[in-house]
Amino acid sequence: MSSSSALARNPNEPARASTDVRLSVEQVSYAHSANPSQAPLFTLEATSFQAKPGEIVAILGPNGSGKSTLLKLISGALAPLSGRVLLNGFVIHSLTPRTRAQRIAVVQQESTLLFPARAWEFVLQGRHAHGRSLRFESESDVLIAKNALAQVGAAELSDRWMDQISGGEKQRVILARALAQQPLLLLLDEPTLHLDIAAQIGLLDSLRQLAAANRYTVVVVTHELNLAAEYADQVVLMQRGRCLRVGPPASIYQRELLEQVFQTPLTVEFGSNGRPRVNVLSGTQ
Amino acid sequence: MRPLTLRRLLLQCSILLVILFGVVVIAIKFGAVPVSLYALGRDLWNVLVHQRAAISSDYVLIIQNIRLPRILLGIIVGASLSVAGTSFQALLRNPLADPYVLGVSSGAGLGAILALIAEPHLNVSPTLAALLTPVGAFLGAAATITAVYFLGRREGQIDGNTLLLGGVITGSFISAIIMFLMSTLSGNLRGLSFWLMGELSTPLQKSIYWFLGIGFLAAAGAIYTTASDLNLLLAGEKEAMHLGVDVPRVRLVVYVAASFLTGLAVSVSGAIGYVGLIVPHVMRLIFGSDHRTLLPTAAIGGAIAVVFADTLARTVVAPSELAVGAVTAVVGAPLFIYLLRRRLA
Repeated sequence: MSSSSALARNPNEPARASTDVRLSVEQVSYAHSANPSQAPLFTLEATSFQAKPGEIVAILGPNGSGKSTLLKLISGALAPLSGRVLLNGFVIHSLTPRTRAQRIAVVQQESTLLFPARAWEFVLQGRHAHGRSLRFESESDVLIAKNALAQVGAAELSDRWMDQISGGEKQRVILARALAQQPLLLLLDEPTLHLDIAAQIGLLDSLRQLAAANRYTVVVVTHELNLAAEYADQVVLMQRGRCLRVGPPASIYQRELLEQVFQTPLTVEFGSNGRPRVNVLSGTQ
Repeated sequence: MRPLTLRRLLLQCSILLVILFGVVVIAIKFGAVPVSLYALGRDLWNVLVHQRAAISSDYVLIIQNIRLPRILLGIIVGASLSVAGTSFQALLRNPLADPYVLGVSSGAGLGAILALIAEPHLNVSPTLAALLTPVGAFLGAAATITAVYFLGRREGQIDGNTLLLGGVITGSFISAIIMFLMSTLSGNLRGLSFWLMGELSTPLQKSIYWFLGIGFLAAAGAIYTTASDLNLLLAGEKEAMHLGVDVPRVRLVVYVAASFLTGLAVSVSGAIGYVGLIVPHVMRLIFGSDHRTLLPTAAIGGAIAVVFADTLARTVVAPSELAVGAVTAVVGAPLFIYLLRRRLA
């Protein structure tokens, strides 16, 4: 729904490639150093993968493996040292913040508020990039925000204060704000952190439905091996700044590989739906 | 869902403008010489319907030459300080930011004094010379906010308490320099209480009022174009960027314009404190924290606060006068402590 309307507005948009690749990460690398004259503290080695509309990609790996850095490079918040990230053929980093926000929505780990706001005000912020700076929200903005809240099952939260709702409810409202941006690409950084298991499942179920219904390309950074196995179409497995493997969960979830990456003994079994499940074995067993 | 509409914004501003009008009437009436509003109204009416050529009563001199210019100055200074405070609060993500608390007013004062000292040594026309003080004040304000901004950073992030402490200490340091300059130099530098506490009693040339008015509208207008960006900046710079805000541009526009407003106010009224703290807080409580409402309502609210405080300053110890900054500090400082304690709780 959003892709066609967003693209129709820009006459410079090239014809869509027939391969139907929406997100293309091409040999992207990055180096972070506290001081330019010193050796970098952290490097991300050249990483590549592609994603189609409606696909969910999970970036998986232990702490410090470069997951969040990769997500920042995809969002355009960081400029790559080499390589490029393309969204429908455009280099993401060279787009203006406004154009980027019309196409990419980012859901971060936490969202702090300095002054109290109601959920609907928060969701309407997602319409910012679609209007001129000084205008008042139109009826269509309000409609889009209402739909976004309804899509994440949070319509009844509309008039609640953001600091008076639970963590799971808040995460839904933040997701609704991202949907209100009507993006092509939805990026989530550990969205299930701090959520109880029911809220985790609920959030990922709605993500899968939304990706299918709205043809979003979704990229999720997560620690949760089993949630990624259950919901992702593709997994990007990271370790110490290197991308080890890219592929469907069934091909990535091999016991030796995961044991080596996560440094813990585990078993992998396959469920009736063909998706792998990981059991982490505690040290005493 | 009840998003902001232009109609609601105009209604809110009209209510405040009516209150401002009331406060202006009170400010005209009260003072060392009381003025009969009835007689004034009758005279005005007579002038309007052309029964008489001019208001001929004795008090016309007081009103036209003393009280009205002072009220006008109070309106511009109050609005400027209040808009500057609102802007600093959003930019620094600190609800306790205020030009006076952050030391920016002192910095502007020092800039203005240095300009006054330099003025006789520079060969400039009188009109340009009159603008030298506000320009000096602006440069002083801009330099101070930059210094305080870097003082308030720890590990690349602004730390709220370090920022406030840095501002208070910077302000006290600059005040010491001002006292030093005032005691070693003589000349047309105005009194010490003007620079340290703020006064509206200094008479100004007519052209300065035009400069102040146009300067305020330009700077406040520039800040207002970023109003909805500021709403998003409250959630943090990264998040604002992801929602489509050009953060470096907004930061630059608002820093420059808010420093300019502070410099403007300080160059003609000295360091009146806490207006930029109290007024935005009250307006947020009444109208909410959307900057599209907050900026204009804070501007009118600031005008109301300063005109009212100045009326008190003129009357409570009449025929003597208090510095208007003393009145705002008596109200503002306890409120600051209250807000600080609530934030730390």
